[in-house]
Amino acid sequence: MTDQTTLSPDQARAAIRDAIRKIIPDADFDSLAEDASFQSALELDSLDFLSFVEQLSAATGIRIDESDYPDLASMATSVAFLTRSNQ
Amino acid sequence: MATFTMPSLGADMEEGTLLEWLVKPGDTVRKGDIVAVVDTAKAAVEVETFVDGVVQELLVAPGTTVPVGQALATFGETATTAATTPTAAPVAAPTGPRPAPPPVHSPLVRRQAERLGVDLTHVVGTGRAGVVTRRDVTRAAEAIATRPARPEPSAPGARIRVAPYARRLAEELGVDLSALAPPPGGEPIRAKDVRAAAAKTTVAGTTAAETAHTPRPDAMRGVIANLMARSKREVPHYYLATTIDLTRALDWLHERNRDLPVSDRLVPAALMLKATALAAQARPALNGFWIDGSFRPADQVHLGIAISLRGGGLVAPALHDAANLALTDLMAQMRDLVTRARGGRLRGSEISDPTLTVTNLGEQGVELVHGVIYPPQVALVGFGRIVERPWAVDGLIGVRSVTTATLSGDHRATDGFTGARFLADIEQRLQQPEEL
Repeated sequence: MTDQTTLSPDQARAAIRDAIRKIIPDADFDSLAEDASFQSALELDSLDFLSFVEQLSAATGIRIDESDYPDLASMATSVAFLTRSNQ
Repeated sequence: MATFTMPSLGADMEEGTLLEWLVKPGDTVRKGDIVAVVDTAKAAVEVETFVDGVVQELLVAPGTTVPVGQALATFGETATTAATTPTAAPVAAPTGPRPAPPPVHSPLVRRQAERLGVDLTHVVGTGRAGVVTRRDVTRAAEAIATRPARPEPSAPGARIRVAPYARRLAEELGVDLSALAPPPGGEPIRAKDVRAAAAKTTVAGTTAAETAHTPRPDAMRGVIANLMARSKREVPHYYLATTIDLTRALDWLHERNRDLPVSDRLVPAALMLKATALAAQARPALNGFWIDGSFRPADQVHLGIAISLRGGGLVAPALHDAANLALTDLMAQMRDLVTRARGGRLRGSEISDPTLTVTNLGEQGVELVHGVIYPPQVALVGFGRIVERPWAVDGLIGVRSVTTATLSGDHRATDGFTGARFLADIEQRLQQPEEL
């Protein structure tokens, strides 16, 4: 893994939104609660979620293992995960 | 000469809109080439040609909606072996080398050929390894219909000669024969000329062509409504369910995924699809079609995958020969298929080929799905959500990951006993994930 610059919460949030928009171009983030489950609120199936992880990992350079998936359940947990990973 | 017609992309399709031609007159096409994009109620579909040849004429302009079976274009033979089709050959003969061993024809194909009066030895097979499919037979029959046995002698006083079938077609399509330019060289007016004239009339009436699939929720609802109503009206469903312990399979999966980049990881659905495909290959009674009062087994397992579309509706395109795909390939093709179903384009063969469909509705949270069979298929397999449950193994209670697998079976084609063995087969295979 290459050197990573630390992500700020805002950068993490932007990366998450970009990754989701690649899968659901018209995703509505305004009505998406911070702690709402992506999988149910955005109707992601397992392949969508895999694409989400793939995009997020590629964009941030952060390694995301299967055991990390629960940390990517909602916006709140995902931001926390991405900013924590870079400590 | 061969006619390229609006294909039937599944039992639920009655008409399609030509979106785009990917060839032009003079282009040489080979069997399997994508020649056009057709919009159905469900998706934009890339349509392949089933013959080799040279594109002669495009009969329908982009933006035109035509019924299944209507001619879209005419293909001639490749330049090297032009023109002189032996009169004995009922269909346009293929050019280039043909595979040496004559393909074995399925009973279904033979029956259809008999019914339609088609000589199978002259039909070009478009199935796997050159196998002749029912569609090939239908196409061959159409080719016969469009080739008059001999030109009708000119009526006294008439300046132009018209083939009998062309005359009948002209009446049906409302084409004025006297307005047609006589073909050069004293040739009679043939069906293709009439069709071309009819199509041009239609083309003139249309405006700007669309180039992408236009989501039409009402139209999609309509085709789903028709097909599902037909299924529930005609197909006597029986339903079976069994709970499958997936703990071993998931442990194996997580272990395998641990060291892989995200793009190479498998999802549990890949294991379930592969197990289903292998079970269907081993028990062909559930893999095929119910047509004209009898079951026609398919020679490969083309697994239909029910994919929900954003904004509503669903499609169930085929993962071709899923039983013989390595897990990584199956996974890659499944991702590709889902992506294209939702955003891009599907292939005609993907729409029309499924022999058995799987729905994985469990991913949206339900534990059990009793699916409705897609006619003319005879079975549908459903997987519920993977949940952790207290579960007894070898006399001890533990927490295990389980899913409920269901089978909807067509009782005309199979009995519950066969279905039960099939579900048990899927379960056994999921206990040995390394064999998948």
